[in-house]
Order: sequence, then C-alpha cells, then structure tokens
Amino acid sequence: MDIFLQQIINGLVLGSIYALVALGYTMVYGILGLINFAHGEVVMIGALTALTVVKLLAGSGLPGPVIALIGLMAAAPVCMAIGYGIEKIAYRPLRKAPRLAPLITAIGVSIVLQNLAMMVWGRSYHSFPAVLPAEAHEVLGATFTDLQVIIVLVAAGMMAGLLLLINRTRLGRAMRATAENPAIAQLMGVNVNHIISLTFVIGSALAAVAGLMVSANYSIAHYYMGFILGLKAFTAAVLGGIGNLAGAMIGGILLGLIESLGAGYIGDITGGFLGSHYQDVFAFFVLILVLVFRPSGLVGEKVAERA
Amino acid sequence: MSWNDLKHDRRVLWAGYAAIGIVLAVLPFLVGAGLGNAWLRILNFAMLYIMLALGLNIVVGFAGLLDLGYIAFYAVGAYLYALLASPHFGLHWPVWAILPLGAVVAGGAGALLGAPTLRLRGDYLAIVTLGFGEIIRIFMNNLNAPVNITNGPQGISSIDPFHVGGVTLAKPLSVLGVTVPSLHAYYYLFLLLALVIIFVTIRLEDSRIGRAWVAIREDEIAAKACGINVRNIKLLAFSMGATFGGVAGGLFASFQGFVSPESFGLMESIMVLCMVVLGGMGHIPGVILGGILLTILPEAFRHAAVPLQKYAFGKVVVDPESLRMLLFGLALIAVMLYRPAGLWPSATRKRELQGGSK
Repeated sequence: MDIFLQQIINGLVLGSIYALVALGYTMVYGILGLINFAHGEVVMIGALTALTVVKLLAGSGLPGPVIALIGLMAAAPVCMAIGYGIEKIAYRPLRKAPRLAPLITAIGVSIVLQNLAMMVWGRSYHSFPAVLPAEAHEVLGATFTDLQVIIVLVAAGMMAGLLLLINRTRLGRAMRATAENPAIAQLMGVNVNHIISLTFVIGSALAAVAGLMVSANYSIAHYYMGFILGLKAFTAAVLGGIGNLAGAMIGGILLGLIESLGAGYIGDITGGFLGSHYQDVFAFFVLILVLVFRPSGLVGEKVAERA
Repeated sequence: MSWNDLKHDRRVLWAGYAAIGIVLAVLPFLVGAGLGNAWLRILNFAMLYIMLALGLNIVVGFAGLLDLGYIAFYAVGAYLYALLASPHFGLHWPVWAILPLGAVVAGGAGALLGAPTLRLRGDYLAIVTLGFGEIIRIFMNNLNAPVNITNGPQGISSIDPFHVGGVTLAKPLSVLGVTVPSLHAYYYLFLLLALVIIFVTIRLEDSRIGRAWVAIREDEIAAKACGINVRNIKLLAFSMGATFGGVAGGLFASFQGFVSPESFGLMESIMVLCMVVLGGMGHIPGVILGGILLTILPEAFRHAAVPLQKYAFGKVVVDPESLRMLLFGLALIAVMLYRPAGLWPSATRKRELQGGSK
C-alpha cells in the first residue's frame, strides 16, 4: 500500500510537468494542425538556461525561490524567442506545403537545437543546485518534498491562467477563432499570423516553466533530455485529445500516473521478468493503444482524419 | 544528334551501362588505394544505406505512409543474424538460411506494425512508428535479465562473417589469380544485393502493386473506389519495405561482426528517412543519390572538420560530431524550404509541387 501512495505522488508530480509541456503541443496543433516536433527541445533549452542562471546565483545568498524565479525569468524569454523563431523560419513558409514538409523541417529544427545545446553546454549531465526547499514530509508511509508540492501547485496555477487567457480574454477569443477557421478569423479582423506567433510564444513560455521544474525535480539536465520528454508530453496530449486544452492537462496527469504506477508494479506483475527500466515503454504503449482505439483522445471531439 | 536522340539510342544506352558497370567494378580498388580502407568501409555502408533507403522508399515514397521507426526492421534483421550465428547462443546457422529468415521475420514485423496503424494517417502514423522503433530499442537494451537474450547494452560480438560453403569473406579471397581483400569482397556482395533490390523496386514501381501504392498515396478514397484493397496493399507496403530492411540488417551484422542497440536509434531512422526525402521521394535514382550523399558527405565532413578548424583557429573549437549534425539539421530545413521535392525528384512529383498545394 505504501508503494501505491508513493507512486501516486510521484505520478502527480511527473504528470503536472507532462501536462505543461503537452499544452504547448496541443495549442499549436489546435491552431495549425501540425505536430511541433521541436517543442521538447525548447523545454530542454529552458531547463539548461534556467539551470545555468541558478548555478551562477546559488552562492549569492539570495533565498532559493527568488533564485529559481530569476532563473525562470532568464529562461522564459530565451524559449519564447526560440519558439517565435521556429514558427517563423520552419513552419510559416510551409503552411501550404504537403503535410510531410513541416514535419521534416521540425525534425531538422530539433537536431539543430540539440546540437547547439551540446556546443554550449557540452555532453555532460548538469546537476541542479539544491536551492529549492526539499524538506521531506511523511504521510501514510509515503514521502513527498516541498519541491514536489511547489511543482504541482505552480503547474496548476499556470494551467488555470492559460484557461482564463483562452476563454476570457480578447486574445483568447482570437486564438479560438483562428483555430476554428483561419480564413474567416482573418475576415473578422484577426491578425492570424500574429496569433499563430503568439501561440508559439505562449507555448514556449510554458515549456520554460516545465524545463525548470523537470531539472529541479530530477536535479539534473542534459542536452538530450528534450526528445523523450517531448515524446511523452505529446503522448499526453494525444491521450487527452489533441487540440483540447483540458484534455492535455488530464492526459498529462494520467500519463504520469500510468507511468509511475506501471514502473512500480511491472516487476510484480511479470514475476520479475520485466523491471522498472521499462518505464519509458509505457508511454509508447499508451500512445499506440489510444491512437488505435480512440484517436480522438479521452475528451477530444475531433477525430484525426486529416491526411 | 541531340541529347534526346542519344538517350534513346540502344547502343549509347548499353555503352552507358557498361561504363557504369566498369566504374562500379573497379571502384573499391580505386577507393582502397587512393583513400584507404576507412573509406572503403564507408562505401560499403553506402551500399547498405541504399538498400535501407529503397526499402523505406516503398513505404514513404510509393505508398505515402510516413514511417519514423524504420530502423527497427534493420535491427530485427541484424539481431536475428547475430543470435543465430555467434557464440552468444552457440548457434552457427548458415547464411543462406538466416538471411531469408531475417527477411521473413522483418516482413512479419512490418505487417504486425502496419496492422494496428492502418487507420492512422500523416503525422500520427509517424509518431506511432517512432514509438514502435523506440520500444524495439528499449527491449534490445533490457532483454539481458533475467534471461539473457540480447546481451543488453553491451551488444553481441564475434558474429560469424558472411560465408557460403567453405568460402568466407573474412579472409582475402583468391578469384582467378586475383586476390580480393575482405573489404572488397563485401563491397561486391553488397553491390550485388543492392542491384537486386534496385531491380526489384524498379519492377515493383510499374507493377499493379506499385500503381496501387501510388494511388493510395494520392487519394485513398478514390483508390478504394477503384477496387484496390487498401488494407492489404498498405500492409504489403509495410512488410515489403521491412523485408529490405531485414536483409540489410543481416548483412550489416555479418559485415560489422558486432551489433548493439546503439546502432538502431531514432537518429538512424531519421537519417534513412532523410535519404529518401532529400533524394526525392518515390523516385528511385533520387533515393539512391540521397543514400550515397548522406553516407559520404557527413563522413567527408567529419574528416575535414578537425584539420580545417586547426588550420583556421589553431585548435579544435567545436566538436566535429555536433557540428556535423548541426549542418545536417540546417540542410534538412533548407532543402524542405527551397527544394521540397528533393534534389532529384521524379517528374510527376515535381509537377505536383509546382502545380500548387495539396
């Protein structure tokens, strides 16, 4: 029982990070109908930028949360600029091209970002300084830290903010209109190009937050971390129903839970034949199962029918 | 006589084929003597990549199904060869049994992957196949405990070289008084199989099946209305492509003598996809060109990067490996932006892309 509760806690933390990244995928998909393959790399850049700044300030005597906030303030603009650039260079010229073309440029962008990161930060793993409170609490035999609580709360706050932005503001209405039908939205006076750029920028800002969280949570960052994280977040977005904001959040949390419970119990279920190092496989199985049996996702209404 | 007349003159055509044949036949000796054995190995890998690219071309180029996990079939072929012809299990099956078996198993795996993904299109299919490729790799990495099947990340070594009867390609061969070193012998073997695969794909392209693939790529519903069994034809594309991958994998294992999960990562899948896309999707000469270019150019770059940097800055400023990948990524973006049909596109494809959006 104790391991069950523990895995639920771990799953929630992991899931809220996935959810934040998944929002980036789902927003872009909702508006452009394309998978922003390079989004995971934006998270990676955010993580490494934040980590570098935090490391610089770690000895300065400032309180931990302030340092983390400054790290975020540094990472967010970098990520936003990258997101803006990706859209402008790799996607905008190809908006009318066959669907394969933007996917391939996206792969190209991922490779470029990954290798730029490798040139800047090197191949080694970077450890995240312990500036954030990591005091452990115990509940019913399971432990959780302050850091984990902060991650879940901040993620929830960001998501609530995003929902408000999309559903309550003028900008949000313009985004929804563009997602519905870009041509008509343009006729109604929405600057579609502007909205699409903004979507990428907002998604990248969320990616910066997620990057900081994931590197603080695992106390490690690496130039290669973006790929697998991005893939899982994408799975989360599909699980919830891609293009649907609430879906991305639900999908993220659910995937986090599935993964940590799966990794916790797979050894028992298979009699020790498969161990917890198969954790990464769960996301892919979930992805394949969802796409085969319910391609519209759990709460999505649109079926993936565009070729 | 204009160029067009020349092109249709049979004698000129045969003379051209003969010239290409002679060049291909003496190439390993020229390369080996001029550039050294390292480049001969690269040449051999170029042959393997041509086979892979042509296999993937069936799936992506002909049938229009974007497969990002293609390298998994290469892995299946390679691991099958490694398991059945190495001291790992103490098995030493003959090549003529393993290679066809590898082709069949890979083909089966292709159909297995194809079956649940038939309903998916476009980028969804890409992500699922990518996931499939990763699953295969994770299993290869971890199936060493509690029962040691794949030997985990260490991989399987001392794999038997290619041998038929008493003749092995591991040692220099003596044919008609000419001594053919091992690397050269592998070159001829790979060349032969690449030619077979090229021949098969050319014949496939103009067959009923090939036309059905193209019809599905262009418009699935219309194809169905024309009486094409879309499900079977798509599965056939998957398993046919996978078969080529399986054969190439077996050859890779025999040539390299060592396999490990590292050789079958996502980057490799993307590399093969890029050969198809950059060369010219669905156009066989273009795909072959893509395969050659993308094997040779990065290697040439790797050899040039360090001396160039030393010459320019006096020391190595940037890791050549990441510089190579960086340029590769930039090239991908540039080609997609400026030559979306590839470097050597087929006439139809070019027309389509010029004729507007689809």
